[in-house]
Amino acid sequence: MLTREEISEIETEAAHYPKRDAVCIDALKIVQRHRGWVSDDSLRDIAAHLGMSPTDLDSVATFYNLIFRKSVGRHVIMVCDSVSCWIMGHERIKEQLTQRLGIGFGETTPDNRFTLLPIVCLGCCDHAPAMMVDADLHADLDPQTIDTHLEKYK
Amino acid sequence: MTATMEKPLTGDMHSDGSVLDLPSYEQAGGYQAVRKVLKGGGMTPNAVIDQVKGANLRGRGGAGFSTGMKWSFVPRGQDAPNPTYLVVNADEMEPGTFKDRLLMERNPHQLIEGAIVAGFAIEADVAYIFLRGEYTLAAERIARAIAEAYERHYLGRDILGSGYSLELHLHLSGGRYICGEETGLLNALEGKRANPRSKPPFPPVVGLFGKPTVVNNVETLCCVPHIINHGAAWFRALGRGGDAGTKLYGASGKVKRPGLWELPMGTTVREILEEHAGGMRDGLKLRGLLPGGASTPFIVEEHLDTPMDFTAMAKVGSRMGTGTMIVLDDHTCPVGMAWNMMRFFGRESCGFCTPCWSGLGWAERILQSMEEGRGQAGDLDKLAFQAKMWAPGNTFCALAPGAADPLQTALKYFRGEFDRHISEHRCPWR
Repeated sequence: MLTREEISEIETEAAHYPKRDAVCIDALKIVQRHRGWVSDDSLRDIAAHLGMSPTDLDSVATFYNLIFRKSVGRHVIMVCDSVSCWIMGHERIKEQLTQRLGIGFGETTPDNRFTLLPIVCLGCCDHAPAMMVDADLHADLDPQTIDTHLEKYK
Repeated sequence: MTATMEKPLTGDMHSDGSVLDLPSYEQAGGYQAVRKVLKGGGMTPNAVIDQVKGANLRGRGGAGFSTGMKWSFVPRGQDAPNPTYLVVNADEMEPGTFKDRLLMERNPHQLIEGAIVAGFAIEADVAYIFLRGEYTLAAERIARAIAEAYERHYLGRDILGSGYSLELHLHLSGGRYICGEETGLLNALEGKRANPRSKPPFPPVVGLFGKPTVVNNVETLCCVPHIINHGAAWFRALGRGGDAGTKLYGASGKVKRPGLWELPMGTTVREILEEHAGGMRDGLKLRGLLPGGASTPFIVEEHLDTPMDFTAMAKVGSRMGTGTMIVLDDHTCPVGMAWNMMRFFGRESCGFCTPCWSGLGWAERILQSMEEGRGQAGDLDKLAFQAKMWAPGNTFCALAPGAADPLQTALKYFRGEFDRHISEHRCPWR
């Protein structure tokens, strides 16, 4: 069941488009913002609300990397692995993160605190290497200071 | 005022990184272009288009197409299809590119004003800003600026009593590089997978929801209010070479001062690299650079005196692209860099055209094997063959051709390094 709040947010966005199913990406993102990810049940509920088939909606949901069709931890780390960050030492950041968290990319820590994902260029190339944690951008990373960045995410 | 006239896009920005809110923007002359175009008889859409054409404004997203020309392709008048859309391409995701983020975070009203003028010129009814989802600060600031603009009747019904109406919505993307391709973007905005469309028809005729649509880059639209305020001749005179205006140039990689600078269009690569970026870090030499993002062809030392504009970069076999250069130094492996980029393009392929989804992954695996010491004789021929197959015409969009550009030029300029990986069975830089 979608909550009243979710439905109201979806309807606000839906009013911006001439076709109802055009809002489906916004709808997926709205539900994800409330629940952390988009489960099969959530997907079916959104599809029903928009008058789409769940399969059609899933073909859209699975295309976009910012829509999570698997459960994620309380915080999502997205590490830029594009070329400027690579030149500036992405590999060392990647090693530090995977060692520190004990997980690989695409995985979640056993305490459900962090999910680690790769991301395309974050447009922070003059302060590379960079990563995002949830909605926050962290720049000029170096392996020594990674822990400090992560501490505030409980 | 001088700073503003020399650096129209960034001259008014606060140096502390805070946003120019509506009162400060208006105080700096903001929304004068909207008033000039709309108020008391103002200008006709044709006059606006002619002025932008006359200014020789070329698309800052990378392709460099004439903005005024693009606008003129939109059918207008009573028999034209309805509604007409304007879409702002704010999906900045080209690796090495970080210019539109600055424009949106620091001065969102400049973009909104550009969109209103563009919307008026093409007689658009509805406009969307298609913003990449990771630009959270830009999203917050644009949303606020849109609300402010509605309050002051710069947006909505009957703008400033002119009879012209425009609705502007912010859409936050679900991700994927391919959304930056304009027809992929339109599909994403329609709530579909972002597979690019076969062209023609082009969006100005058949675009969003099948209606006439102009897709313009953020930086392009930010130039528009200034062209209206100061004229086409003024804008043309800002450029040093064959192209007009100023340009946000950037540099990343191991230079002394990576950053972003608004400079006259046609500033040489050398001036950007050596004066503004401070040259290479101590102990490092320049090996080559990608002038404007990962999908532009490498240039090397001999090209440094080339003006960084659309016309001059094409003459040396490259492209200006987004104008934000990625610098490769002599201690960083060109094969590793090519591998990184092919992995990026392979991952971001929408998966529709075979040369792209199949070929990019193939090239990525060959480059990986070379980096891991498993390269074989014949690998370079295979890479060259693949890159040839990604040529324009073999795919719907420019993603695979864009991947071919850096790969082919890396093979051309850094051939010795590729050969060493194979003959030494290792990456000499690891």
